[in-house]
Amino acid sequence: MAAKTIISRPIYGTLSPQAGKHHLFVADAEGALAIKDMAARAPAGFFDGAEIVFIAGPDGKYVAALEALEPAQLHIAPSFASLLPRLKQTLTNAHMGLRLYLAGTEGLIGQAMQVALEAGIDHTSMQTEHRGSLARRMQCVHCKGITENVTTQPATCSHCGLLLLVRDHYSRRLAAFQGVCINAEDRSEIPPMEEIFR
Amino acid sequence: MSTGTTKLDVVVSDVVPVNDLVTRFHFRRRDGELLPTFSGGAHVVVEMRDGERTRLNPYSLMGSPLDTREYTISVRRDDVGRGGSLFMHRSVKPGLEMVISYPVNLFSLDLRAKKHLMLAGGIGITPFMAQTAQLAGEGGNFELHYTCRTASLGTYADLLRERYGRRVRLYHDDLEERIDLDRLLSSQPLGTHLYVCGPAGMINWVRDRAAALGWPQETVHYEHFAAPQPGLPFDVRLAVSGKTIRVGSQQSLLEAIEAAGVDPPYLCRGGVCGQCETNVISCDGKFIHNDHWLSEEEHRSGRKIMPCVSRFEGRSLVLER
Repeated sequence: MAAKTIISRPIYGTLSPQAGKHHLFVADAEGALAIKDMAARAPAGFFDGAEIVFIAGPDGKYVAALEALEPAQLHIAPSFASLLPRLKQTLTNAHMGLRLYLAGTEGLIGQAMQVALEAGIDHTSMQTEHRGSLARRMQCVHCKGITENVTTQPATCSHCGLLLLVRDHYSRRLAAFQGVCINAEDRSEIPPMEEIFR
Repeated sequence: MSTGTTKLDVVVSDVVPVNDLVTRFHFRRRDGELLPTFSGGAHVVVEMRDGERTRLNPYSLMGSPLDTREYTISVRRDDVGRGGSLFMHRSVKPGLEMVISYPVNLFSLDLRAKKHLMLAGGIGITPFMAQTAQLAGEGGNFELHYTCRTASLGTYADLLRERYGRRVRLYHDDLEERIDLDRLLSSQPLGTHLYVCGPAGMINWVRDRAAALGWPQETVHYEHFAAPQPGLPFDVRLAVSGKTIRVGSQQSLLEAIEAAGVDPPYLCRGGVCGQCETNVISCDGKFIHNDHWLSEEEHRSGRKIMPCVSRFEGRSLVLER
């Protein structure tokens, strides 16, 4: 569970069924279990108006659990990049009354939220629940490159190679935590690297 | 003491009858300077010095925010109210020097919206006059649905149709034209924000339907200035200032507190902004809550009151003021 440190560090809730005409879920990995748990609290017929977009991962684990909810549509995607055109299309054609539910890793929640913000949904209107890895999506503030699945502190920028302090400072617009050079004064100073975002 | 506002010394530059019930008032600064900038949805509190009495009533600014040479308000005559609107209609003439507050906006546009859907009822049209002018100037996407009793009481309906054409849709009660609200709310593109201003019943209806149809509460904006209602006189003990006051039947509790020389904070004087929220120390009787600020739970608790619009009936009331 993410703890609030500075104001921009996102905190996530527990999915809860909202009033609405259409329900769009975007989830990865263990996020499927958050949807399953929410289903136990949802009114009868809730999933008749629901679409679930799920990044299943190589083992296809949890797909059966989502199928069992009998949503109006279930779309299995291999990666976030591959589901992006579909998600954008759905949001472009959507009307007020669509409710958005994001569940799974921080990277997935953040990137789906980024697309939804552009479509005009306020971040406070979205239901979110964090499940699974705490690995971070990080932007190097120096070269602006994004490094996915950062688990260590400090972390190496996969673009420019600088050693970066992974801050709690988060950008909803970029869907990334900010990474700042940790040894700018003296590059020969290499602090120990620990795996802390598991 | 009005929190965060300073007073503006103005002169009435024009008084224009609009229809049987509504009159428009124009104000300019006495020193000839421009008035402060405001945004669509803002209101000012107008001080009405009527002999011994001073009334302070909020009115939405209805002119274009792009023009600050003058402020304009439209006042609907209320023959059974406490007399503020009657004072405006009967006693305010061009050339009269008045004092108004700086503008305050408790009903502003959310400019992140992809589209603005506006619902007005009756004199609730006034904030939308300013908001539509603001959005039209910026090329904003809006649609206005305006319900009025009859065509002749459709204040500014013709002007709005002339300015914005099909972006304005009129509904006349006498012709039994009704908004198909569920259909309207269900057909709006994602990213639309909803604004409603009109009678309390209309606001509640729209808010309820919007919530049921899945509009997040962040996207639903409303404003309803409750006018202070007349009622039975009652006595109040002000514990902090050590005074006991009587609230007259035509006076609001806030006005009675001010008349006793105590200067509580206020902003809207219409039960909306929350500035004058006052703690109840003890009471024996029942509250008549008329505000839109406190939650239902707070209303039931009997521990808070909004003195601008709410009253009390009973044996004793002690306030932390």
